[in-house]
Amino acid sequence: MTTARPFLTILAQRALQALIVAFIVGIVSFAMMQALPGDAAYRIAAGRYGYDMMDAAAAEAVRVELGLDRHWIVQLFDWLGALAQFDLGRSLVYGSPVIDEISVQLGYSLLLAAGAVIASLLIAVPVGIAAGLKPGGLVDRVTLAISIFVRAIPAFALGVVLVLAFAVQLKLFPVAGFRGLEHLVLPSLTLGLGLAAVSNRVVRDAVADAMAAEWQLFARTKGLSARLSVLRHVLRNASLPVVTYVGVQMAYLIEGVVIVETVFAWPGIGHALVHAIFARDVAMVQGTALTLGLIYVALNLVIDLACRGIDPRTRSA
Amino acid sequence: MTDQTQTGAMPRPRRAWPRIRPARGLGFALLALLALCAVAGPDLVGQDPAKQSLLDARQPPSAENLLGTDHLGRDMAARLLSGAQLSLSLAVLSVLTAGLPGTLLGIAAAWYGGWIDRLLTSFADAVLALPGLLLVLMLAAISPGSWWALYAGISLTLWVEYFRYTRQRARIVMAEPAVEASRLLGLTPGLIIRRHLVPEIGPGLLTIAAFGAATAVTAVAALGFVSVGVRPPTAEWGVMMTELLPYWREAPFLILQPVACLVITVLALHLSVGGMRRP
Repeated sequence: MTTARPFLTILAQRALQALIVAFIVGIVSFAMMQALPGDAAYRIAAGRYGYDMMDAAAAEAVRVELGLDRHWIVQLFDWLGALAQFDLGRSLVYGSPVIDEISVQLGYSLLLAAGAVIASLLIAVPVGIAAGLKPGGLVDRVTLAISIFVRAIPAFALGVVLVLAFAVQLKLFPVAGFRGLEHLVLPSLTLGLGLAAVSNRVVRDAVADAMAAEWQLFARTKGLSARLSVLRHVLRNASLPVVTYVGVQMAYLIEGVVIVETVFAWPGIGHALVHAIFARDVAMVQGTALTLGLIYVALNLVIDLACRGIDPRTRSA
Repeated sequence: MTDQTQTGAMPRPRRAWPRIRPARGLGFALLALLALCAVAGPDLVGQDPAKQSLLDARQPPSAENLLGTDHLGRDMAARLLSGAQLSLSLAVLSVLTAGLPGTLLGIAAAWYGGWIDRLLTSFADAVLALPGLLLVLMLAAISPGSWWALYAGISLTLWVEYFRYTRQRARIVMAEPAVEASRLLGLTPGLIIRRHLVPEIGPGLLTIAAFGAATAVTAVAALGFVSVGVRPPTAEWGVMMTELLPYWREAPFLILQPVACLVITVLALHLSVGGMRRP
């Protein structure tokens, strides 16, 4: 699967990716700041002193203090410099440090992401194994058709449908918000179904490949029962492509978190990002987007290392 | 970040997935129908998608309003058709905008190699550093509600796939003895590309285009749904879902209509190129 890469190379590549993420997020946020209508100095002065206490002199003081009168290129370097020191600034709406807001939201988002991955594996692994043991069989064909259909439903539409079905009609689960673990069920299922729609086919392929491999024939010839040979050899060999593929799905997961959190009013980073964009709270947009981007990089790193762990061959060199 | 298809190991024989041939036909039929709807637009039902009539809000389907009316008494069928127009035209435009440069740059990277290749590949990797929708979301946030930001953001994220695919295939084709001979004979690049490369990458590019169009349609709706993309009162499927969500109890069939349109469009695009492909 992945070619053999030394441990340090993996780290260096992901560190570079993290830098690029920070750079892109910083530039886009700065552009967003510049594109805000009106005079930034007046806006910030109003945020500090309140609309009633603010006048032209106060705005001018802010302009000089923050250097808003300088050329925009100078300001851009300033902005990126602050980012490099992990200074995310204060929320333009709430006034609290962005980092405080994010540290609360981060836990919720990670909880949802973990719930989604677990849900997807609980669905995809059994279904994929059942389909892969008999390629072309009835189970294989039916699950393929279902996978194609579920895959065509965007995450937020799936969320809406699940809410209508389970929360509203059957009243099994709460509709939105977060007050307990039962609130985790529908958002996780929404994301998990979307992930499983593709990954169950990867499991199925991996199992079908392993079943057709020569060592599998050997295991059967030497007298292992079909059951034992599947348990001992097929599943371990099939797990590498599956773990690699979970890595490929991380982009879908992060995108899904942003949208699905909004559908379910989940108090996480994705919801905060969408809210901040709507409220034009640039500091929050930058902080949340940066955090989501870095989670994406970190998850990729975890997958890289997991692949090394499963397959000794990728450890060489 | 790694090429999964270029491994050192011997390619293992893989049993083909079971084929559902009629499914592909169904995909094409649905696509043709959607294209017809998008081209004709609201004229197809002869209603104005923006005309409100609060006295006729949330009416069930009738002869005049084929799919009923929404919470402001606007004709659902006309609004769905108007939404199809917007989503599909944006999808086609961004697929073309992403596909042509993406493919050409991929060929250029493989043909010239060296620093051109390194520069283009680094740029593509930089775009991939963030999940696509996150990038589109942020670019759209620079000027919220603007059609151009949406179009530019989606095209920017889509071109990478054409580039990476074409570059990888072209590198293999360029190394073939037949191509090397053609280059030595002094045949023009255009001829070599037409004769050796196009048949090799054509079908793959079509698949990428169909999935890219599905991504674009989904992204437009997703951004509209979270109030970051197209703004009301424009009739767009995601916006319509947000608007109709509060009325699920009185009129669940209303909210399900834009959902169904979206799913049918994505399904048609996926089916038309064979249903399943791993990204």
